[in-house]
Amino acid sequence: MTATPTILGSGLDEVTRSEASLRQFLHGLPGVDQVGAEARAAGLGTRSIKTTAKAYALDLAIRMVDLTTLEGADTPGKVRALASKAMRPDPADPDCPSVAAVCVYPDMVATVRETLGGSGVHIAAVATAFPSGRAALDIKLADTADAVEAGADEIDMVIDRGAFLSGRYQQVYDEIVAVKAACARADGPSAHLKVIFETGELQTYDNVRRVSWLAMMAGADFIKTSTGKVQPAATLPVTMIMLEAVRDFREQTGRMIGVKPAGGIRTSKDAIKYLVMVNEVAGPDWLDPDWFRFGASTLLNDLLMQRTKMTTGRYSGPDYFTLD
Amino acid sequence: MSDRIDVRKTYKLYIGGAFPRSESAYSYEVRDSRGAFVANAALASRKDARDAVVAARKAFGSWSARTAYNRAQILYRIAEVLEDRRPQFVQAVVQSEGLSSSKAEKVVDAAVDRLVWYAGWADKITQVLGSANPVAGPFFNLSTPEPTGVVAVLAPQESSLLGLISVVAPVIVTGNTVVVVSSYDRPLPAVNLAEVLATSDVPGGVVNLLTGSAATVAPWLAAHMDVNAIDLTGVVGDAALATELEVAAADNLKRVRRAPAVEPDWSADPGLEPMTTFLEIKTVWHPIGV
Repeated sequence: MTATPTILGSGLDEVTRSEASLRQFLHGLPGVDQVGAEARAAGLGTRSIKTTAKAYALDLAIRMVDLTTLEGADTPGKVRALASKAMRPDPADPDCPSVAAVCVYPDMVATVRETLGGSGVHIAAVATAFPSGRAALDIKLADTADAVEAGADEIDMVIDRGAFLSGRYQQVYDEIVAVKAACARADGPSAHLKVIFETGELQTYDNVRRVSWLAMMAGADFIKTSTGKVQPAATLPVTMIMLEAVRDFREQTGRMIGVKPAGGIRTSKDAIKYLVMVNEVAGPDWLDPDWFRFGASTLLNDLLMQRTKMTTGRYSGPDYFTLD
Repeated sequence: MSDRIDVRKTYKLYIGGAFPRSESAYSYEVRDSRGAFVANAALASRKDARDAVVAARKAFGSWSARTAYNRAQILYRIAEVLEDRRPQFVQAVVQSEGLSSSKAEKVVDAAVDRLVWYAGWADKITQVLGSANPVAGPFFNLSTPEPTGVVAVLAPQESSLLGLISVVAPVIVTGNTVVVVSSYDRPLPAVNLAEVLATSDVPGGVVNLLTGSAATVAPWLAAHMDVNAIDLTGVVGDAALATELEVAAADNLKRVRRAPAVEPDWSADPGLEPMTTFLEIKTVWHPIGV
């Protein structure tokens, strides 16, 4: 099930030179064995992780959470509460690590910045006409620049699924390159770019593999499964295919890309399944918040409840954690 | 012609309206009062208890929000379906408790009657316990009973049907949801009751039935922070366990219905106490308009 495509001679530059070579490369990627991929993902999900390994996995998963609120009804108050929670997920336990980032709409970035201060928790903003991506390119770029200017460290962009599905790969590629350029900041390091594929709309696993390579070649720092607004969102097989892609990409180019499943991961059990898969498919290098994230909101409370269960020895309940 | 081979049944748990096997995959042999094999029952583990509490919590919101009238109808419906299955329950009581058929019939009758009796209380308990309180100010001051939440019930070990109904019905009729650990030696009436509940309009998760050992499962329920109350009726005669459970229950200030010294006479009039123990009185002040 390895996907090791041959990149001709001078490497990726050759591939991305024209629409035709891009198409030739992407369609030359080996197809995904659907039944095999699903069986492998299900098999990895049966591992039993207990005691100290579980405690480690829970803390790691908490550190990997991109605590997300992407509702039309978001208010500054709600976003501030979420940011406070991101810094200290369990106020009753000072040993509880903080999450990786808070993920909000661009207009909320300034509010989050204010609350987080220098806590080390990153700020991710969804840009480029999230979640549909249906806007003109200059609007998407303005959206991105706006979020970066407001203080976002990480930009979650959506690809144009319509263009991808109709085979206009060059357009998708150019758009990612342009957004990547818009992530640059005059007075510091440029914001990390996460590229959302919305795998629930891509129909096939082959497409997931193709779009993963396309985004990585275009300069994505992270590849992300879904917006969370479309069902199905993140699934184990889809994430596995993306993990294979980042593994193979590093083998080919030496550049490491992160992966972020988002949407539908609600329980600690699910999160641990993903971590097992990261370790087995991509390798232990990816078991780090810099290279693997969970886009989630309800997951955090379940992780905290499990963590409390591990430390106190009794089951906890949702009454003891914030509603958000 | 050879004899027909027995169907050796292995019963399952009842959690969230479904009949799952125990997460532990263990089961145990159930024997009748004379020691003959009757069936296998699932041996619930702490994880089954955990799942049951999650199911009960999920069901609590909508069950407590139903009208008292509707809950009465549903309890009455349980009584109806139980009545329809009389022969099955009579047999289960005979096997479990070693009673004669005629005595077992009386027990089943009493269980049906008890359900009907509690069904009648659904929309009357508020009038009895609630009050309009006189206060020195321009306010209406009203007290009403509200359900406590998720209640863990350790069912009686001896009275496997009437006792079980007598501890479950008063808890759910007022809007609580329940996780029941049945009698260890006599689980069959409880298992049959689960089948009745599944077909009598009781929403999934309102009653969750675990068969197995209270000594194994109860400490987890007593310590569980998302369980609001616990009924220790089933730990008659084990003072050490009862104390341990009460101590564990104190951590989140659970309401505790204490273990009796001997198992009560279930045929006696139960009074209101089984219901009132699992109710909280809420008092509201409301300004009197002009």
